[in-house]
Amino acid sequence: MTTIKIPTPLRAYTGGNAEITVQGATVGAALDDLLRQHPDLKAQIYEGDRLRNFVNVFIGDEDVRYRDGMDTDISASDNLRIIPSIAGGAEHIADRQPMERIAPEDVTLSHDEISRYSRHLIMPEVGIQGQRKLKAASVLLIGTGGLGSPLALYLAAAGIGRIGLVDYDVVDETNLQRQVIHYTSDVGKLKLDSAAAKMSDINPYLVIDKHNVPLTSENALDILKDYDVIIDGTDNFPTRYLVNDACVLLGKPNVYGSIFRFEGQLSVFDAKRGPCYRCLFPEPPPPGLVPSCAEGGVLGILPGTIGTLQATEAIKLILGIGKPLIGRMVLYDALEMTFDTIKLRKNPECPVCGEHPTIHELIDYEQFCGVPAHDRSDYKVKSAEQGIKSITVHDLKARMDAGDQPIILDVRDPHEWEISAIDGSLRIPKGQVVVRAAEIPRDHEVIVHCKTGIRSRDSIILLQEQGFTNLVNLKGGINAWAREIDPSQPTY
Amino acid sequence: MNVEITSQLQRTIFGWLQKSYPNEGGGFLLGKRDADHLTISEVRPITNVFAAEEQFHRYAMTPIDWARLEDEADAAGLALVGYYHSHPDSPAVPSEYDRVYALPFFCYLITSVQHGQAAECRAWQLTEDRAQFLELALSVSP
Repeated sequence: MTTIKIPTPLRAYTGGNAEITVQGATVGAALDDLLRQHPDLKAQIYEGDRLRNFVNVFIGDEDVRYRDGMDTDISASDNLRIIPSIAGGAEHIADRQPMERIAPEDVTLSHDEISRYSRHLIMPEVGIQGQRKLKAASVLLIGTGGLGSPLALYLAAAGIGRIGLVDYDVVDETNLQRQVIHYTSDVGKLKLDSAAAKMSDINPYLVIDKHNVPLTSENALDILKDYDVIIDGTDNFPTRYLVNDACVLLGKPNVYGSIFRFEGQLSVFDAKRGPCYRCLFPEPPPPGLVPSCAEGGVLGILPGTIGTLQATEAIKLILGIGKPLIGRMVLYDALEMTFDTIKLRKNPECPVCGEHPTIHELIDYEQFCGVPAHDRSDYKVKSAEQGIKSITVHDLKARMDAGDQPIILDVRDPHEWEISAIDGSLRIPKGQVVVRAAEIPRDHEVIVHCKTGIRSRDSIILLQEQGFTNLVNLKGGINAWAREIDPSQPTY
Repeated sequence: MNVEITSQLQRTIFGWLQKSYPNEGGGFLLGKRDADHLTISEVRPITNVFAAEEQFHRYAMTPIDWARLEDEADAAGLALVGYYHSHPDSPAVPSEYDRVYALPFFCYLITSVQHGQAAECRAWQLTEDRAQFLELALSVSP
């Protein structure tokens, strides 16, 4: 014997009783018994022989939809409750700003669209109402690279009405290993143009906004304000903090995904309902500690997984179904093939979303993180650049030709030596330069290189702290050497 | 059916709905109801805890909020008697959307907020056959 609690307006149909005792082994059976006892309830809570979609049945504090629906087993100690959703509530996105917006119920779907989305429409959790919500929604993708590719493809396919893209970059061959929205024939094109062309081909009903600019403190609020959901697919810390703060200030949810080598992270930061990025990571890592994809590498397939999961969360937010990852983070390990979920807490002292916020406007994020956000940035890593001498690959070659035998130190990792190398160089990976400093001459100039010049610069900083004064950085690294001096070697 | 609300409570509702403009605002009405009278004695907004000065926000009301509020009302000897919400820049008349989502024996107080100002407030109840809303007489006491 279980009890079902009846919502106040419907107690008129149960003789004024708030709780009715029912029999049944499943939720469906219990409801049948309820309607046997009080048949007039049926017309109010059922449409045909299914519950009206705004009528929720809870077992304890869990909606039975997320268990087995009508087949959910119930035990004697369970309490059921019928609870209506409220119109204008969580399902209704009301946003009437300059970008022409319409409410989901005013969206029309043509016969072709109905046919196109039929696999959505036949699911009660989506239905025509849900598809209208998708079409009424606007989503902003920041970045059209590794994470942005699956996001753009799947959100276009799902029938989102409007997608904004923020990217200033051009398609490069090294992108093609993972940025599956770009093809070989797109190399050299603007990523925005390449991505938009594929998205329109998947879904001609989609409206696409192209923002061909780097996202900065000057333009972020303006660009983000017209969208319902923001999806962060960026690859650098200054932009992550910028996007987070802008989303908190604007009250927008931020679907976060990040990848590193074989691992990924996923969450939804909605400061009104849970933590923001800063609650977890109040400070950026020290500059140079966390390498970019170019420096640290990434398994190409990895952003495909995380980006698709980000698209899933965005669609759940728009449809208002399921449990979005607010207050939770999924940790994915591709090698182990594990998905772990951890709970995240909102930080009451968070400077941007806490109880006494100190950040009310966007700051200089490059200065905050100590690194430039992108390669068109004017930000110079000031303290690091001081006191570092450098040499170009041409000058190095000229000295070698003149009979000089410069000492060259290669600080790359062993697996990179097989790709390209300068003969006769001393090889000490960056992670070991300090412990093996004794192997590096101090009394003769040493030219330090890595792949592109960043790790070598960082190595020089570390060694200068050990008292070295004879180190020179090879600008552009071995890639510049291979491009401009020795084309028999590949770049990577 | 006569719906009674004090002018102070109505002003409170208007204040909240004007603040939500241009977005919709909404919340619950608590009070007492019998065959001929419905008296509203308390109002509870559905606002997100973190709403603050934000212009754009969505509702975070979940069925759990309804349950909690209903339990509080039941315990206090009051009842959940209705729901108030705004129609930004449109009349205080229930829409088809409102009808599909409504329940009978519940007072729907709709306020038309025109350009940020509460302009009109009318009370409605869904007929038992769910076909339409009938307007209820609304009296605002000083």
